Amino acid sequence: MKHATFDPTSICALMPMGLIYDDDGIIQFVGPTLGKLRKAETLIGKSIGEVFSVRDNGRGTGDGPLPLSTKLYLNFHSGISTPLKGMAISIAGANLNILNLSFGISILDAVADYRLTSGDFAHTDLAIEMLYLVEAKSAVLEETKQLNARLQGAKVAAEEQAYTDTLTGLKNRRAMDYVLDRMLRGGVHFALMHLDLDYFKSVNDTLGHAAGDTVLQRVAKILLEETRGDDMVARVGGDEFVLVFNKFIDHDRLMRTASRIIARLEEPIPYQDTFCRISGSIGITTTEFYDSPSAEKMIHDADLALYGSKHEGRAQATIYNPDIHDAGMPETQITPLQR
Amino acid sequence: MHGMINRAIQCFLRDTYGTQTWLDIAENADLGFENFEAMLSYPDQITLDVLGRAARHLHKPVETFLEDLGTYLVSHPNVEAIRRLLRFGGENFTEFLYSLNDLEGRAKLALPDLEVPMLSVECCGDGTFRLSCSSAMPGFGYAMVGVMRAMADDYGALVFLEHSGWMDSGEEVITINLLEVAYAEGRAFDLSGRMGDGV
Repeated sequence: MKHATFDPTSICALMPMGLIYDDDGIIQFVGPTLGKLRKAETLIGKSIGEVFSVRDNGRGTGDGPLPLSTKLYLNFHSGISTPLKGMAISIAGANLNILNLSFGISILDAVADYRLTSGDFAHTDLAIEMLYLVEAKSAVLEETKQLNARLQGAKVAAEEQAYTDTLTGLKNRRAMDYVLDRMLRGGVHFALMHLDLDYFKSVNDTLGHAAGDTVLQRVAKILLEETRGDDMVARVGGDEFVLVFNKFIDHDRLMRTASRIIARLEEPIPYQDTFCRISGSIGITTTEFYDSPSAEKMIHDADLALYGSKHEGRAQATIYNPDIHDAGMPETQITPLQR
Repeated sequence: MHGMINRAIQCFLRDTYGTQTWLDIAENADLGFENFEAMLSYPDQITLDVLGRAARHLHKPVETFLEDLGTYLVSHPNVEAIRRLLRFGGENFTEFLYSLNDLEGRAKLALPDLEVPMLSVECCGDGTFRLSCSSAMPGFGYAMVGVMRAMADDYGALVFLEHSGWMDSGEEVITINLLEVAYAEGRAFDLSGRMGDGV
């Protein structure tokens, strides 16, 4: 093959990211797309090594300017480094070599950095399909992400609802069961307080359900104010509440808290042009009474103590005492708790 | 940490130690849920909590635990997709090693918000390679040791791997001695997932 028969223009139509260099490594011709990355006139006449840093990961053989017929990784020395993949071959008898380049994983950045268009890629290059795929995938992914966020929000709301007493915003019985179960399994010390409102039924009967609802909402507010963030307040029946005090089992302090709650419940609650007056009776137990506490047993014992409070004339708090409350119940205590 | 990573940790625990173990660890770490969602993002601390609790629950040093996790990611049939994607790296273990330089870029093409650790591999001559990883997850290098060990088996290469400690910059360094590229047959791999790789 004679030198004159070699036409670099047609080769570079086939390989728009290609360049041709001589056996001394001097760049002779630059393909049109590569020319968009670095102007051809700034490349021609320079040596390959001046323009690119080249890694062949030890695959290369031969002593030419570039290892031939093997995978190469190239970066521009100056400006945006744009990692490129490449391969070089020699043109027999022409004292010339062709280095063909492609973007590999840098394609997204390159298209943006150099404002490339579909005409810049060889017709046989899969780059456009690749860009199409990335674009389509990103659009789908974005939709999926938004859907996920919506579903996650709906899930959280549904769970929250399933654990909430809608009238008061307090936790409900299901939530209480869950919290107690977790705390017991976690071996956390806590106090369980069972509060039953006194005279609530008469508010309901004389002033109506709307008044009753106002009272319950006011009670919920008081209970939340008298507890801490990691305590739990649940409405477990019409006018029954369970409070769980996390890591708070000192009897004197529990009694003081209970008395304060009762005192605040007794403050008259305004409703329309009148006041509702209620009070509360409380039974308390703590995990330290038990070798292996169970929710069922603790609720039962708090009930026994609560009954003690009712029995003593309401509006007071009682701490469960195994000696008294377990030692045979008076006849009045056999019936389920009610006023 | 991306849900994909958390989900992978969950699957590892579930597939290796059973559903109950996973549930115990999830409760221990106070997750408040039982399943990570692959397409959601979670605070990094959650991942660290789960890893710490899991290692304690299983009475294993965190390093060993992470290495087992890495091995699982490549070798368990339930996460075959990961092994396949890694095998796209090259036709033999040496090519695979060098492909790790591209792993972050490739992963970003697929999932832009997946924080893939930055990996860089260099040859130190004599069949010795040095892999440095920097990751938001300290100890990730140990998971990489597990990945590399399983990938060497996958390619049928004979290697000696060692976690060579941490750089001041927080990078972890793994030394890989490639004793023989084609020591055993290795597992078959076909670029097309449709062909089936023949297990």
